[in-house]
Amino acid sequence: MPAVQETIDRVRKIDVDQYKYGFQTEIAMDKAPKGLSEDIIRFISAKKDEPSWMLEWRLEAYRRWLTLDEPTWARVHYPKIDFQDIYFYAAPKSTPGPTSLSDVDPELLKVYEKLGIPLREQEILAGVQKTDASELEEASDNVYKSGRVAVDAVFDSVSVVTTFKKELAQAGVIFCSISEAIREHPELVKKYLGSVVPTSDNYYATLNSAVFTDGSFVFVPKGVRCPMELSTYFRMNEKNTGQFERTLIIAEEGAYVSYLEGCTAPQRDENQLHAAVVELVALDDAEIKYSTVQNWYPGDAEGKGGIYNFVTKRGDCRGDRSKISWTQVETGSAITWKYPSCILRGDDSSGEFYSIAVSNGYQQVDSGTKMIHLGKNTSSRIISKGIAAGFSQNTYRGQVSAHRKATNARNFTNCDSLLIGDQCGAHTVPYMEAKNSTAQFEHEATTSKISEDQKFYVMQRGIPEEEAIALIVNGFVKDVIQQLPMEFAVEAQKLIGISLEGSVG
Amino acid sequence: MLEIKNLHARIVDDGTEIIRGLNLTVKAGEVAAIMGPNGSGKSTLSYILAGREDYEVTEGDILYNGQSILGMDPAERATSGIFLAFQYPMEIPGVATMEFLKVAMNEQRKARGEEPLKIPEFLKRVKEAAASLSMDMAMLKRPLNVGFSGGEKKRAEILQMKLLEPKLCVLDETDSGLDIDALKIVSDGVNALRAPDRAFLVITHYQRLLEHIVPDTVHVLYKGQVIKSGDKSLALDLEANGYAGVIGEAA
Repeated sequence: MPAVQETIDRVRKIDVDQYKYGFQTEIAMDKAPKGLSEDIIRFISAKKDEPSWMLEWRLEAYRRWLTLDEPTWARVHYPKIDFQDIYFYAAPKSTPGPTSLSDVDPELLKVYEKLGIPLREQEILAGVQKTDASELEEASDNVYKSGRVAVDAVFDSVSVVTTFKKELAQAGVIFCSISEAIREHPELVKKYLGSVVPTSDNYYATLNSAVFTDGSFVFVPKGVRCPMELSTYFRMNEKNTGQFERTLIIAEEGAYVSYLEGCTAPQRDENQLHAAVVELVALDDAEIKYSTVQNWYPGDAEGKGGIYNFVTKRGDCRGDRSKISWTQVETGSAITWKYPSCILRGDDSSGEFYSIAVSNGYQQVDSGTKMIHLGKNTSSRIISKGIAAGFSQNTYRGQVSAHRKATNARNFTNCDSLLIGDQCGAHTVPYMEAKNSTAQFEHEATTSKISEDQKFYVMQRGIPEEEAIALIVNGFVKDVIQQLPMEFAVEAQKLIGISLEGSVG
Repeated sequence: MLEIKNLHARIVDDGTEIIRGLNLTVKAGEVAAIMGPNGSGKSTLSYILAGREDYEVTEGDILYNGQSILGMDPAERATSGIFLAFQYPMEIPGVATMEFLKVAMNEQRKARGEEPLKIPEFLKRVKEAAASLSMDMAMLKRPLNVGFSGGEKKRAEILQMKLLEPKLCVLDETDSGLDIDALKIVSDGVNALRAPDRAFLVITHYQRLLEHIVPDTVHVLYKGQVIKSGDKSLALDLEANGYAGVIGEAA
């Protein structure tokens, strides 16, 4: 009997119960053999019917990657990755080129249903219902207006179905998978791909350039305000499949687009490598808002398993008066290595970075941003909230620099860290460099602990311990939550609560 | 309603004994005033009743409606009807007072197996309670206690007490930091809550508060024990003659 009980307890401890999105789906997969070589890259490129210039681009990146060493400067520790033990391509089998939802594998639709993704058009058309608390909420600047979201769903590596394409097309907006863009809009892809994150940029970005399998492509032409929020839900599914998304968003002169990226992943034992690249290009007077909620499997209670997330995200404010804003809520992954950045090239351009990074268990987060001021009168704003619980390590790493021609560059940085318990760590590593005497940089940083006084006070009102912690933490991150589109904000608040479960007692 | 029997308690960190054999009984409907000089253990008593982990009960028991509450955590005690109005209410940055009230009320309802309040009903209750305490609704949109004046904090405590409808209300030096007008408003708020099934433990330094909240019983706490109990005249006596006489008598 004790043995049986022990087994039950052990099974219970494995995060199957705790990780809400930890389930796997049986879908016939079409995959390349394990490992990485020029042949594998040819296989991927052929599978995707790519033109020869794309293949050459990939091969060049691959040859470059072979000469690079894995970076070690981040405050994260993990066993060496065996790149020959990873599947670099897996696509769900589906009839070629699904034209409607009825063509899509029903198993796949079930996955989305479990995740609560509003893929079905009628659901999307019905719009996102406002939450009951709305009357009480202080109106934020970004109240979700249209009530509609267009979804480009990426299942493992291939975009399966794209909704709302027609309406977007009427506005002149192109929103499709990057694979499709390579085939249908080669001139745009050729012009912009790798123009923000070059193939030689860094180890993981170079790897991505060689093997990226899919991702989203957005093009908003001159003067167009994208009529709806664009959204991609990533979900890794097949065991041992590296995920190498590539996203490219271009806003032409005076264009505006808001893009949402949300991720959940099924649970598994082996570590999964994820090395995405996101490139944003904003021309004169254009604005791009990019929001992420990341909830990948963080590993079990002992720190085993979990996603390795090595991401390169960069926006280029290429035009004058352009604006790029990153908002991220990071709660998942065993290891996060991610610095969404802005190159403020155009005069009077501005960049923003709002971040919430929650780490629990044995998670390691090394995240932050770079604001590179090149143009005149450029401004940037960084608000970072790190929350560390359990045995986790949470590092903010940020760089703000002003080029010698960047007169009147302005930056405001605020980094707050909150510790829950005494086994975790929070670190702030800011780099600041002004080569121009007119630059003004401000940096504020605080580290605090949830005080026993606060917790006791909240609990004294009848709020149980975990809810009390979630409430205090959600207060701590409010400045950033307000930057998220409404329906994402609600999800993010719930997610932060879930992520901190088991952080006390 | 409340029976404290031979209670001994110490600070967990350094083992200092603060409460040393305290006995006290408070009946339903009763307003009991706890008075005593600084360092006599008044605030500690309020924390121990509310279940603060920094204190450890080494002997004796606390019975609430006949049941020991020593095994209950602060949230469980709160949902069972024990409310502590803090001497120094904590600031909760980023959490709007209104939001906090909603979470607290609904968590207590949940613990009692009741449905969460519908928004219009919730708003109605909050508006009424706020008006009775001369509180501006705009204030309730601000983060709880952040930047509140001393008087605003105390009013916010009484507002929470009103809305949570506890059965045992512990008021820890609610009069400290209040001007005379605020004291009147807060006292009126407390008096309005007096009911046959509700008891109050009013901890205070001064007679002043007891002119507004007239107690049924007065207990003098000294070195962690109740050294004298009486009716409201005891408070007047203390006001006139100080604690020295009572302490000398007991010694």
